[in-house]
Amino acid sequence: MKYTGKKFIKKDSLPFFWCAGCGNGIILACLVRAMEENNFTQENTVIVTGIGCWGKADDYLNTHTFHGTHGRALAIATGIKLAKPSLEVIVLVGDGDGATIGGNHLIHAARRNMDITVIMSNNLNYGMTGGQYSGTTPYGSITSTSRYGHGEDEFNISELVKAAGAAYVAKETIANPLRLQKFISRALKKENGFRFVEAMSICPTHYGKENRLGKAAEMIEGLKKNSLKIDLIKDRRIDELTAKIIVGEYIDREVDGYIKRYREIQKKAQNKK
Amino acid sequence: MPEARLGKRLFLQGNIAVGEGAIAAGARFFAGYPITPSSEIAHHAAYCLPKVGGIYIQMEDEIGSISAIIGASMAGAKVYTATSGPGISLMNENIGLACMVEAPCVLINVQRAGPSTGLATKPAQGDFFQIRWGTHGDHSIIALSPATVQECFDLTIKAFNFAERFRTPVFVLMDEIIGKMHETIVVPNPQDIEIENRKLATCLPEEFKPYAYNEDLVPLFAPFGDIRINKANGSGHGQDGFPDNNPDNYDRLVRRLNDKIEKNKKRICLYKTFNCQDDTEILIIAYGCSVRPALAVIEQAARYGLKIGLLQLQTLWPFPDEIILKYSRKVKKIIVPELSLGQLRLEITRYIKDIPIKGVNKVGGMSITPEDIIKVIKAGNEE
Ligand SMILES: Cc1ncc(C[n+]2csc(CCOP(=O)(O)OP(=O)(O)O)c2C)c(N)n1
Ligand code: SF4
Repeated sequence: MKYTGKKFIKKDSLPFFWCAGCGNGIILACLVRAMEENNFTQENTVIVTGIGCWGKADDYLNTHTFHGTHGRALAIATGIKLAKPSLEVIVLVGDGDGATIGGNHLIHAARRNMDITVIMSNNLNYGMTGGQYSGTTPYGSITSTSRYGHGEDEFNISELVKAAGAAYVAKETIANPLRLQKFISRALKKENGFRFVEAMSICPTHYGKENRLGKAAEMIEGLKKNSLKIDLIKDRRIDELTAKIIVGEYIDREVDGYIKRYREIQKKAQNKK
Repeated sequence: MPEARLGKRLFLQGNIAVGEGAIAAGARFFAGYPITPSSEIAHHAAYCLPKVGGIYIQMEDEIGSISAIIGASMAGAKVYTATSGPGISLMNENIGLACMVEAPCVLINVQRAGPSTGLATKPAQGDFFQIRWGTHGDHSIIALSPATVQECFDLTIKAFNFAERFRTPVFVLMDEIIGKMHETIVVPNPQDIEIENRKLATCLPEEFKPYAYNEDLVPLFAPFGDIRINKANGSGHGQDGFPDNNPDNYDRLVRRLNDKIEKNKKRICLYKTFNCQDDTEILIIAYGCSVRPALAVIEQAARYGLKIGLLQLQTLWPFPDEIILKYSRKVKKIIVPELSLGQLRLEITRYIKDIPIKGVNKVGGMSITPEDIIKVIKAGNEE
């Protein structure tokens, strides 16, 4: 692999705080490589994290970072980008952070097409606080707060963000890091609008253990087995799609992006007597 | 603010004067969510900020609003938001975030009658403690409160100066009466407006620490995008901004965040006195809309044969205990009119133990009248 992304990793910050077998290390590696691939710099990048295991990623990064509050990373990032549009703003959120407590900020940032990139680690539960269910926990799952099987249906969060209007949405599992890195890279490359990459990940410590999915290697194997490329789903019957992880680019469209729109507003305001 | 308005006499609404003050202070970023009786501040920002190259954004809720201004502040902008009590309730978690990452920001609360949705269009002064202690954990806060439209303009500028100087959230505590009324104000010329900006780091990038301790207790700032790498961190952190949960480190951090404000009380505590003489017998202590009936009482005092003075608190937090002690030393009685069941009065009783302190309290959404105050003064005299 050509890019290592090492220049964005803070020296002497390793080893990771994450459990052995956690998917976060793979996502972080994909991210820093994609950053290097796109010629990002330490000075011109701000990484905004939520609170959670994935939200600890900033501990290892030597770019500008903002480690804020649970669920609010997207709104913080909105302020940063609007105040200084020359910055590259990347938001790292878990499924609890981004799709549950912060779900409202997510759909509005997508609708507004804020010019930022979001990498969501979806491990199907709240890792940090002991494996409770989140907005992406599948029906029937055992978690520390659904001892008899989860009674709610989950979001397909990528579909939701696409429906909200995002410029770019892609989903890939950590079982395919090359494609995950490619999608992150495409997201970072896009100049305008809201970009969202859902990284389907694993939490062997909680979700994996509770649902008897085996060790990390088996869980990754499971991700691979259950993945189905988005361009193939047309030919499948609906019952063949249940429990499948539909991976690929959900949408890639050209939009103005909010920064460009707001510049036009400023121009109109300044021309008005 | 548009150049044409500087150095002029203007007839303005209180809320608009706050907005003009913000722009005169150099604020260029507003994020908010509409709520009566504060919405004119948002309308003004949405109209004026894009004209001066600034940003207005209406977020999906008040949690988003405060998050956005904190983010923008760390990118270097002068930022503000405006709301009322219900919005502050939603913002509370991230008011602590602003304290912790040391993001200068101005929060305008145009108080209405609570609790809950309460009376949307009626005045109140029930958020005195909410703004002080709303967010969790030990922290300090600065709050200024205007009683005239002129003060709406002047104190908003001061609020930005304190926010920048001490890298902390600063409240402008308004109320429905002060926010909605119109008065003539004099807008100073730009050269006569004193403006403070946060102190920027100038060291070599490799020497920079975003939360470095210095004598001043306020770390030097490097905005996002600077060659000096800024790590804003709402969790326990060391001077380099990276996590540090060591008990001694955290103890020191929380103390510094408090001390940087509490140790500068003298500079922050602004006030006005009216008719406070050596032989003043009755001292009225008031802020915001309750200053106005108190002033009317002072004017009529001679008629009643009473020696009454007024201490108007412009700074509410950090609490001006020394000023209150100074002006109450010789008085026989203290009267505290406020549109609450006695929040300011309660705080005063922490410092004044040997003088009777009587409240004039209303919570029905109607303002206090001079007669309300006189009644309490007279009742006491007959006792
Ligand atoms: C307002 C608030 N509520 C709850 C918490 C506790 N909390 C911290 S992280 C977290 C969930 C994290 O889950 P997720 O975002 O999925 O990230 P993961 O740990 O799985 O990477 C919760 C509930 C908090 N910090 N703040
Ligand atoms: S608890 Fe789960 S998400 Fe958190 S570090 Fe461990 S494996 Fe990863």
